[in-house]
Amino acid sequence: MSEKILEVNHLEKAFGSNQVLRDIDFSVSPGDVTCIIGPSGSGKSTLLRCLNMLETPSSGEISYHGTDITSKNVNVPEYRSKVGMVFQNFNLFNNMTALKNCTIGQVKVLKKSKEEAEKKALYYLEKVGMAPYINAKPKQLSGGQKQRVAIARALAMEPEILLFDEPTSALDPQMVGEVLEVMRDLAHEGLTMIIVTHEMAFARDVSKRVIFMANGVIVEDRTPKELFENPQDPLTRDFLSRFRNA
Amino acid sequence: MLPETFWGRIQYLLQQYGSSFLSGAGNTMIIAIVGTFLGCLIGFIVGIIQTIPVDKRDSTVKKTLVGILKFIMACYVEFFRGTPMMVQAMFIYYGSAYLFNINMSMWFAAFFVVSINTGAYMAETVRGGILSVDEGQTEAAKAIGMTHVQTMISVILPQALRNIMPQIGNNLIINIKDTCVLSIIGIVELFYTTKGVAGAYYTYFEAFTIAMVMYFILTFVCSRLLRLLEHRMEGPQNYDLATTDTLAHTSGLYSYPKKKEEK
Repeated sequence: MSEKILEVNHLEKAFGSNQVLRDIDFSVSPGDVTCIIGPSGSGKSTLLRCLNMLETPSSGEISYHGTDITSKNVNVPEYRSKVGMVFQNFNLFNNMTALKNCTIGQVKVLKKSKEEAEKKALYYLEKVGMAPYINAKPKQLSGGQKQRVAIARALAMEPEILLFDEPTSALDPQMVGEVLEVMRDLAHEGLTMIIVTHEMAFARDVSKRVIFMANGVIVEDRTPKELFENPQDPLTRDFLSRFRNA
Repeated sequence: MLPETFWGRIQYLLQQYGSSFLSGAGNTMIIAIVGTFLGCLIGFIVGIIQTIPVDKRDSTVKKTLVGILKFIMACYVEFFRGTPMMVQAMFIYYGSAYLFNINMSMWFAAFFVVSINTGAYMAETVRGGILSVDEGQTEAAKAIGMTHVQTMISVILPQALRNIMPQIGNNLIINIKDTCVLSIIGIVELFYTTKGVAGAYYTYFEAFTIAMVMYFILTFVCSRLLRLLEHRMEGPQNYDLATTDTLAHTSGLYSYPKKKEEK
């Protein structure tokens, strides 16, 4: 077994008296495609946001190649540059073109030259099929296009692991397809990804493992085949049955 | 020797004192523009300090320091927003000599008062502008590893600036009009000039008609120019699809329009 990239131990997160995550344990190895599913409010997004410190965990540790990134002396921005994130609402920088969105991080954070950054940005924009739109501002793009640029922006940083926070939830059905297709390709290329999603078919077909969360705990953490065909916990069964009937 | 009609008298005043009016208007504009510009700078600095996020993980030293800074800034904003500029002008101009034995020049006092006043208002405007930028923008910037300062400079402030442009215009126009209170410390701006001209022949109505029209022209031109600037900041409404092989032209990116013309 290769070395783990991320190891989460006894992670807890509370907003005031509201305990959102309880005793979360899991780990990610290189090349893992992990989908996190579960009902709304189960803490999926909070878990993902804790993983790159957009939320500060209340207790527990998140260890990245053996370093606990929740400890005080860790350079959080530097860690974040190695962990990409794609948001539900895209969050493209509104004051920049698609190309600039993909170069700004490389130039400012990775200190690359502008030419080098543009080369890389174009490579990834091409990959997500957005190369023709390099001069467009976010407001001139459709939702699906924005999300594909956002994925290219994250990829351009060449992160070790990419987090997706419900990347298709704000898109209409037609656009969901174009974004999932990009993600599917990335998974096949062996990129390490953690994906919070409501797309059950995608989770079943693409991921190597599926985590089912409910009420702030990991209920099941298994291969998609096992989880979808033979769910053990009544909560999982109940959740999945709703999707089957739909 | 003074003409009989109203328009005749206006024409006469313009002939006699046209250059005085113009130099008065010039002084008004210099104070207004410099004051607004410096005020914006102060406003940006104060507004940025007031929006520094303090995290639980930060050290106690940073927390205390930021806390003290924020308190001083809040005092500054409340004090200068809460007292009339005319009183501040008197207080600072005469007070500096009396209390600290500093002999401020009139002009220095004028720039100082207008800038610091505008700064107090702009600080709140900038704070509002920063808060108005969607939280997601900050998160996205953080997520690619940007520090707070990088996020501010590259992502938040450009958008905040665009959002508060109408308010900056507002401030410039208010300053053009409000410089007239500086006549109290002897600045010969448009209002002071007008008073002098009016007193020479007892032509108050005529002189202030001229002043009114001049003030309006100044503010109107400024407001239109700022509108134009806003449109500029929006950037182009359309974009060109890059139809050529983008990978083959990575270094020559910005010459796409030219390439199209060549075809």
